[in-house]
Amino acid sequence: MSGAVPAELVAKLSALKTRMPSYTKDEIQEVVTEMLSSMEGDLSEMNLKLYAEVESLARYIVTAKTEIAALRPDEIMSDHIPSATDELDAIVGSTEEATNGILQAMESLEGLTAEMDPAMAEKVTEAVTLVYESCNFQDITGQRITKVVKALKHIESKVDALVAAFGDEIAKYKASHPQAEKAAEDPMSDKALLNGPQLAANAGKQDDIDALLASFD
Amino acid sequence: MSVDMQMNILIVDDYKTMLRIIRNLLKQLGFNNVDEATDGSMALQKLRDKEYGLVISDWNMEPMTGIQLLREVRADAKLKALPFIMITAESKTENVIAAKEAGVNNYIVKPFNAATLKTKLASVIGQF
Repeated sequence: MSGAVPAELVAKLSALKTRMPSYTKDEIQEVVTEMLSSMEGDLSEMNLKLYAEVESLARYIVTAKTEIAALRPDEIMSDHIPSATDELDAIVGSTEEATNGILQAMESLEGLTAEMDPAMAEKVTEAVTLVYESCNFQDITGQRITKVVKALKHIESKVDALVAAFGDEIAKYKASHPQAEKAAEDPMSDKALLNGPQLAANAGKQDDIDALLASFD
Repeated sequence: MSVDMQMNILIVDDYKTMLRIIRNLLKQLGFNNVDEATDGSMALQKLRDKEYGLVISDWNMEPMTGIQLLREVRADAKLKALPFIMITAESKTENVIAAKEAGVNNYIVKPFNAATLKTKLASVIGQF
């Protein structure tokens, strides 16, 4: 606030004070109006400070939005999380398949104990029992992975909200960073060639690979 | 009192491999009449359709969980005395208390071994 009260207003207030209580309503109104108008400058200054703060905040928000857009939450939504959940589902599926294979083999072995001498049959049964017990792991790992998948789904819903809120910023960022998009699309780059095991639906079949190799001959 | 080794046992778990493991271990113990269900509602239907001497159930299944199945069994006039063993990875004290309050006869924590299964079975249906 600016401190100085206009001299003319001070004079009027002094005059009113000497005439108390003989001043009129109109005179009071006039003084009040003048006081308010004298405060206008202060209010404008406050407003300016407020505007400056709001502007600074707006700049901060814009910067934050740009930084968030640079994190590419749309990619997290479209690629990373679905890929992670698919991989985890594949782990559950492959461990289940392997466990069933192990159990099948153990059941066959156990079936042969009837043809063994009792001492041997007992030893084989003990070993088979140990394998059955060890196969508990499939259920436990399956449940743990299911928990992780649920956590990922929760994160996915939060990122989804983020993408919805920052959609424009993400589009702007993508438009201003076309090189990053292009590099990610190159299927023969060293980075793009490092993918690890493929999901069953995407995995190359040995016959197809053999045919491809043969095509180079 | 001798244990009826021919009794029907219903095992309930949403993991097929776990059903297979329990079935095989029960077979080793001499119990061959074993049926399977993959959740509580399927189990409840089987329990109402056929006479069973024991239920061994997982907890975490959909749509009906093991604890819900247990409550349904205890609330059913014909099934309420049926021996019920919970076999689950849920190992918190609260789970065990809730199962006990719902009327479980015994509780096995996964991963488990054959000896534990035999001991718990014996405690519920008698020595065999």
